[in-house]
Amino acid sequence: MNNIIVYIETEDGKICDVSLELLTKARGLAKELACNVEALLIGHDVTKLKDEIALYGASKIHIADDKRLVNYLTLPHSSITISLFREEKPQIALFGATSIGRDLAPRVSSALNSGLTADCTSLEIGSHTDNKAGKEYQNLLYQIRPAFGGNIIATIINPDHRPQMATVREGVMKREPLNKAADCKLNIIDVSSVLSDTDFIVEIIERHMEERKIDIKGSSIIVAGGFGVGSKENFNLLFELAHVLGGEVGASRAAVDAGFADHARQIGQTGVTVRPKLYIAAGISGQIQHTAGMEQSAMIISINSDPLAPIHQLADYAIIGDLNEVVPRMIKSYKKNSK
Amino acid sequence: MTKTFKIVVLAKQVPDTRNVGKNAMKEDGTVNRAALPAIFNPEDMNALEQALRLKDAYPGSEVLLLTMGPGRAAEIIREGLFRGADGGILLTDRKFAGADTLATSYALSMAVKKIQPDIIIAGRQAIDGDTAQVGPQVAEKLNYPQVTYAEDIVGVKEGKIIIKRRLERGIEVVKTSMPVVITVHATAPACRPRNAKQLMRFKHARTKSEEQDNEHNSYLPTYTLDYLVIPEWGVNDIGGDEANYGLSGSPTKVKKIENIVFQAKESKRITSSEEDVDTLIKELISSHTIG
Repeated sequence: MNNIIVYIETEDGKICDVSLELLTKARGLAKELACNVEALLIGHDVTKLKDEIALYGASKIHIADDKRLVNYLTLPHSSITISLFREEKPQIALFGATSIGRDLAPRVSSALNSGLTADCTSLEIGSHTDNKAGKEYQNLLYQIRPAFGGNIIATIINPDHRPQMATVREGVMKREPLNKAADCKLNIIDVSSVLSDTDFIVEIIERHMEERKIDIKGSSIIVAGGFGVGSKENFNLLFELAHVLGGEVGASRAAVDAGFADHARQIGQTGVTVRPKLYIAAGISGQIQHTAGMEQSAMIISINSDPLAPIHQLADYAIIGDLNEVVPRMIKSYKKNSK
Repeated sequence: MTKTFKIVVLAKQVPDTRNVGKNAMKEDGTVNRAALPAIFNPEDMNALEQALRLKDAYPGSEVLLLTMGPGRAAEIIREGLFRGADGGILLTDRKFAGADTLATSYALSMAVKKIQPDIIIAGRQAIDGDTAQVGPQVAEKLNYPQVTYAEDIVGVKEGKIIIKRRLERGIEVVKTSMPVVITVHATAPACRPRNAKQLMRFKHARTKSEEQDNEHNSYLPTYTLDYLVIPEWGVNDIGGDEANYGLSGSPTKVKKIENIVFQAKESKRITSSEEDVDTLIKELISSHTIG
């Protein structure tokens, strides 16, 4: 009772990275709270995933396995989650900030009248004193996230409502399996007793899913461009640099919105989070929305003609200059000096 | 018989977070809206366009804007009217102050109950919070199905509404019964511009509060036409449990607010000269960062 429950998201029969990242984080939180980590797994033919979940430290998996649950649908997933949370009363519930998690978690929080914080970048355990009510709270979940267009970092708490719910984007938390799987029990949910016909009122009539073609997350070198790149044509320069270095091209939201780069390349709060070995930021000013998605890169090189651009403060090497001059020089120098 | 629908667009006036000044936050951690330029939330504009397209496809349908906020939020209702909406309601009451997404959703859902629409359309999320929670929470409070991330409301067939959704990895087309709450993604078509006829018709539309403020501005025409009144609803108009509104109806509390300060890190500044770039690349190669 009063454990941490992680909602496990699956895609093509595999567990999404974000769920494994959440399980890893939940382990740390559970240690501080002296409670257990549990998982909620909903889908069809998903029971086989139990070993992998145990390897990430869940001591119990609640499984709803039914052929009607093969594709994610808001209402059945909400009904199952709400009913389980009412029974199990978790103190914390974590979801991926994916198109599924951000559809499901608010519906669940509304039904349970519990607080929910979207897109957390950090989760911690801490205390709180409510001076007005003269109340002390221990072991609350600090839900830390950028807000207000990324201009502030807010710490949100839910003092009186449970579960304390949060969504976290993929790539924000680390993913670490245990050396040995946790001792893990299964709780098979009786799906037909929870669901009714009205849960299937929304029907999927067509689905086109495509493989993620561009894998910027998996790339150890990223050359990213911002609005300062100026045009789609100028982005070719970045592609050339990425090609010679064996990396991928990323982009800030401003560059994607301007049509310079594909949405799949977007890095930052509304795109993907990356931590490459080398991040080259060209023509990027360094708004927090962007830096939230790349600041953990091992090395950052910024190229911006504005010496006051905030990105320079984050960079290990700040090149003050025009990227149209700098990037060709980098390509030339690399070709000359490598091998 | 032609089908017609009553459509409510949930819209929010948001601070333009691209232009944030020093006085943006109050001491209690809530937003000092007065200190910021206020705009029609971008994705709510996409939502309005979807509603107007439905109205085009099903003539006789009615599009109403519903927004919650302070008196000045009437501005976005006027903006919606100029672009083709038929009317709008401003939810405004001191008792709504300090609401988080859940308390906001409660207020909106109570107002929707009073309006009784067939279709509720909202933007996926607002740029001041980026939470994407209000749409699904309104749906849950009303016990309606929800369809998030809509890119196109295709139409209505045999009593079911068909919606194309944009997901991270592709698209999905769904159909569902009405009433339904739909949230619209930024990839949906942009909103049409203001319409000259609508602009002429509604340029003097205002709330009673605005009318009172303007009493001394005698250049405005008299306020006689009913359709120019933007209704203001408070807790007394929509009913419900007062404890569910505003700060007391909000399970989440803001514990701390920090302004963004970049962590000072040892940063080496170099010029764009060929020499400097060459030195850097050599360093990177020798440290095996590249190559």
